[in-house]
Amino acid sequence: MATAVTPEAVEKVVFDALPQFGAEPSEITREASFEELDVDSLDLAELSQIIEDEFGVQLKGDDVGKIKTVGDAVDMVVSRAG
Amino acid sequence: MPRPEGAVALVTGASKGIGAAIAQALAADGWHVAVNYRSDEAGANAIVSAIEDAGGRAVALHGDIANGAVDGLFTKAEDALGGPVLALVNNAGVRADNLAIQIDDADWDNVLNTNLSAAFRLTKRSLKPMLRARYGRIVNVASVVGPRANAGQANYAAAKAGLIGLTKTVSHEVARRGITVNAVAPGFIETDMTKDMLDDVVKAIPARRAGQPEEVAAAVRFLASDDAAYVTGTTLFVDGGMSA
Repeated sequence: MATAVTPEAVEKVVFDALPQFGAEPSEITREASFEELDVDSLDLAELSQIIEDEFGVQLKGDDVGKIKTVGDAVDMVVSRAG
Repeated sequence: MPRPEGAVALVTGASKGIGAAIAQALAADGWHVAVNYRSDEAGANAIVSAIEDAGGRAVALHGDIANGAVDGLFTKAEDALGGPVLALVNNAGVRADNLAIQIDDADWDNVLNTNLSAAFRLTKRSLKPMLRARYGRIVNVASVVGPRANAGQANYAAAKAGLIGLTKTVSHEVARRGITVNAVAPGFIETDMTKDMLDDVVKAIPARRAGQPEEVAAAVRFLASDDAAYVTGTTLFVDGGMSA
């Protein structure tokens, strides 16, 4: 059963996942860009998998390409779930 | 990083020939092996028995990879063997030989779909557990045909050359996650698939003999091993010198 998609729930999953890709926990904010966090395209593809497993929301390659910041990612997942 | 305990290797088209030899070689190296087959259930079961008799673990898995049996294969392999699929050997292949001018759309599509598109779909699916584990081995069974011309096999050559291109590109995408992607390119190997080919072929092989499935399997076994952790994106020819 997938977790209900709320901005808070998505934010938590994204924030919790990012350190495994090498992001510094203290630098993870909604405004932080993935570039600053040193999170690359393969990391984002993996993050998409984690989100899909957790929320049942599928992000397409095009979607992932538009995401620049942590907040963008959270908003994209919430909007795709709606 | 060493191979995680209980890792599963999925070998497509493993009920006979090169695939069967690969399944046995990987099992001998400690992989738990999912022996995929499309139609030869008895062959697949015999390979599983041989692996078990030698002290290994294996399961026979039915599934036509050209017709969508991708996700189910991984789930069934992981359920039956109790570990993640961390090695994928895209071995299943078909031939429908003819001069290009006589290859119809169905024979083009069938060869491309089984030999190349299915390998891509399986590769894509396999990256999920491999990325998670930060470990993976993908070995694509290509062919000396593709890098080299072979009149009468335009569809097969295109698919196998495509497989080598796929190998190289995916290897770059995932190298930093401990996943290697390589190809082996068999030359003329004695199997059911080649038994109708002319003896004349042997004269064109520097080694003056056909290869054995076990000789291809040994190359796959190496590429899937921890010893080959720094080998990625390459094609290892097992062809008695044909391509040199």
